[in-house]
Amino acid sequence: MTTLNKLRSNILKAASMSGEGHVPSALSILDILYVIYDEFVPNGAFHSTDNLDNRFILSKGHASLALYAVLNHHGKISDEELFSFAMYESNLGGHPDRNKIAGVESSTGSLGHGLPQGIGLAMALRIKESLGHIYVLIGDGEANEGTIWESALLAPHHKLGNLTCIVDNNLSSERALSMGKFSEKFAAFGWKTIEIDGHDHIAIRDALKMRESGRPIAIIANTVKGYGVLSMESNPEWHHRSPNPDELQFLLGDMR
Amino acid sequence: MRKEFATIMESELSLNPASTLLLGDIGVFGHRESFKKFPNRVFNIGILEQSMVSLAAGMAMGGLKPTIHTIAPFLIERAFEQIKIDFGYQSLGGNIVTVGASLDYAALGATHHCPGDVGMMLNIPGAEIFVPGTAAEFSDQFSQSSRNEKISYFRLSEKSNKKSNITSFQNGTVVKKGKKLTVIAIGPMLDIVLAATENLDVTILYYNCVSPFDSELLRKNMESGNLLIVEPFYENTMAPLIQKHLSDRRVMTCSKGIPRKFVTKYGKTDEHYEEFGLTSHGIRNEIQRMMSA
Repeated sequence: MTTLNKLRSNILKAASMSGEGHVPSALSILDILYVIYDEFVPNGAFHSTDNLDNRFILSKGHASLALYAVLNHHGKISDEELFSFAMYESNLGGHPDRNKIAGVESSTGSLGHGLPQGIGLAMALRIKESLGHIYVLIGDGEANEGTIWESALLAPHHKLGNLTCIVDNNLSSERALSMGKFSEKFAAFGWKTIEIDGHDHIAIRDALKMRESGRPIAIIANTVKGYGVLSMESNPEWHHRSPNPDELQFLLGDMR
Repeated sequence: MRKEFATIMESELSLNPASTLLLGDIGVFGHRESFKKFPNRVFNIGILEQSMVSLAAGMAMGGLKPTIHTIAPFLIERAFEQIKIDFGYQSLGGNIVTVGASLDYAALGATHHCPGDVGMMLNIPGAEIFVPGTAAEFSDQFSQSSRNEKISYFRLSEKSNKKSNITSFQNGTVVKKGKKLTVIAIGPMLDIVLAATENLDVTILYYNCVSPFDSELLRKNMESGNLLIVEPFYENTMAPLIQKHLSDRRVMTCSKGIPRKFVTKYGKTDEHYEEFGLTSHGIRNEIQRMMSA
């Protein structure tokens, strides 16, 4: 089994054991988080006061299973803890809690909070003359929120060259509100933009490396909800449903 | 109080390199000296209160101590969820300083009224809520609380008492001791209460910090079993909290505050207070009604 399929199977198992979780949303961002924690936040900032640390905020907190699976892969969360997901005494909730988990920068869940927090954090690092870089991942559905576009105004105004916003463009929003071309929208606000396949690790890595002095970066990552589990891909039935034991067995054998 | 805010904020920025000031396009002229002296830590963020609060929380994550300032309804009511989650739930420290308390902007209409702010902020566990009665009280409270790891709300008002009551931080004060009734005066309501109770045999307790609430002082001064709360925000805002501390006693509790309705007239704040009986005469009538009940 490949490493990514191992992480996918852990996501499915944790969701099945708890009867909770937004599995397709987690799967759409898994490749991005894998690359981020592999190379860009290698040790996890984990509320660090080390000024040189990069930091990551998962703004679409409902995809927390992907974050937990990646932190588990890096040994920050034990198997036992991962498979306690969303249970009564667990530290791992349906949405992440920064006060419970080393490796979670922000307690997200209510959409539209992570990007402006990331801007504040980027401004704080600049005030402290840090070389750290802030990565924030938002969803395309989350981008319905007004605070995303308030933030889109703020980051270029404050010339935040130490901020990258990744849009998980898995087309969640299309059933409600068509968002059009994200790259054009962010560019119009003054961001440097790049559009990538959000499951191509080389493209993700290259995009995350991008820097432009005095200008924030927006990575539009085109992704597939449920990516990697064939019968879940772009299947709205699974948005907030966890597999029962029979479904779990089927899905574990239904991976790319 | 606004002038005092500019002064104390400039001082705090000077003393604490982690201090930042974020304005919602309000008070920019008043804080002009801070803008000049600390251009990398003082920002006119713009008219986007929700993002301003989240941005401030991000600064707190980065080890800074942000102070956020604009008009009360646009910060407390509009951006309440950001205050609740980004600061309250995440246990991050920061300061919120507002102007436009209750009906201070009477002539601007109900969009600019904010008598519900303290009631809302009481729903954030651990939040500190200060209702200073004078500029000096605010200065003392800000100096003592602005660097802690809590979300601290400082509610500045156009109304002010003549004398300051700076005793011990966060504790209430016994202003007058009597036998027949206890009156709690909150923040800028003290002068009206003092005038209303002249020659009356009542105890007056003064509070300029409502959370944490100094319940011990109240319990020690409730001999009569009659309690009137005079509050500069919605009436009965404090009653549930206070009754919890007196649940082992038989107490008749009444409240005088802003009535819970949309105020659709304009004019001056005092004209509304006159209509609502928030005057020395109106409060005296209420005290006498309670004492004869």
